[in-house]
Amino acid sequence: MRRLILGCMAFIMWLMLTWPFNSSVGYQGIFIGIIASCFVAIFFGDYIPGISEKFLEPQRWLWAIYYIFVFLWYCFLGNLDVAYRVLHPDMPIKPGIVKVRTKLNNLIGLTILANSITLTPGTTTIEATDDGYLYVHWINVKTQDEQEATEIIVKKFEEILERIFE
Amino acid sequence: MIIFGFIILIICSALCLYRIGRGPTASDRSVAIDILGIIVVAFCVLLYFKTGDGFYLIVAIAWALLSFIGALALAKFLEDKGFDE
Amino acid sequence: MKETISHIFLFIGLLFDLLGCIGLVRFPDVYLRLMAATKSVTLGTGLILLSVVIAGSAPVAAKAVLVLLFISVTSPTAAHALARASSVSDIKMWEGTVCDKFTEDRKRKTNEKT
Repeated sequence: MRRLILGCMAFIMWLMLTWPFNSSVGYQGIFIGIIASCFVAIFFGDYIPGISEKFLEPQRWLWAIYYIFVFLWYCFLGNLDVAYRVLHPDMPIKPGIVKVRTKLNNLIGLTILANSITLTPGTTTIEATDDGYLYVHWINVKTQDEQEATEIIVKKFEEILERIFE
Repeated sequence: MIIFGFIILIICSALCLYRIGRGPTASDRSVAIDILGIIVVAFCVLLYFKTGDGFYLIVAIAWALLSFIGALALAKFLEDKGFDE
Repeated sequence: MKETISHIFLFIGLLFDLLGCIGLVRFPDVYLRLMAATKSVTLGTGLILLSVVIAGSAPVAAKAVLVLLFISVTSPTAAHALARASSVSDIKMWEGTVCDKFTEDRKRKTNEKT
């Protein structure tokens, strides 16, 4: 099953790459695409983690679309924040590495959480440990306490991601 | 209009090159190289606007992936060696 | 109309790219530079690609969407790897740094092992 999904994704990607189907691509290009995506599906199918029936439930996809908009809003805010700090003559920064806790244990969810933290206001994920801790570099440390830092940094994404992946 | 874009991106590349040449540690240089890769992708997009040739977007895809792999290799190397000037 | 919207996106994107590169030069240590540059340059290049999605023909727009996906997945991952590598290889943080829990925990673990 996961091999089939991976093969279809690889073939769609190939079609997007060779879209203008003029004489130089033609039927040969599509044929080579089918062979290449079959190879990808056979050899790399085992590396795709955890595709299950959860992905067929529509409310998860709706939450995922909502998540994209929330994420874009925080991404925009983060960039304005960084712009303010870069252009301010005195550079009002107070950096530090804090430790936060996350309840997610799905690998894809954890990856998306870490990448979202990196792209939003003043925070960069440095390390994710196996027992659910994230080390986050923060440009303006408001609190060093684990619980409060978790409230401020992780909460807003974690609640939505839990509905998508758990 | 597009020519202003090229001028801004050339200024960006110059700032990155300043950091590559100046940066006190090796990881500063790695960061600047990573950022330079993304700016080259932006260059490819502007070249598409200038010439109208869709080929530049394929160059952008290849460059984005290669720059990512290069950054990962540099990170691995830094982590093992901890080399410094 | 389409042309105007696409040019507005292009201009904002270029502005963010420039901001990111100024941050790369102005900030005092590796982690701050990495943070400013990754965020701003990723969003800036993303907006420039969005202007292609708006203005270009369908095949070009599909390729631009692919580049957008690649960049928004790979750039934070590369930043994460570089930040971890610099922290593990003991690159000093800026003097004004408040706390560094990662290095503390790492040192404690190596002490426990030996």
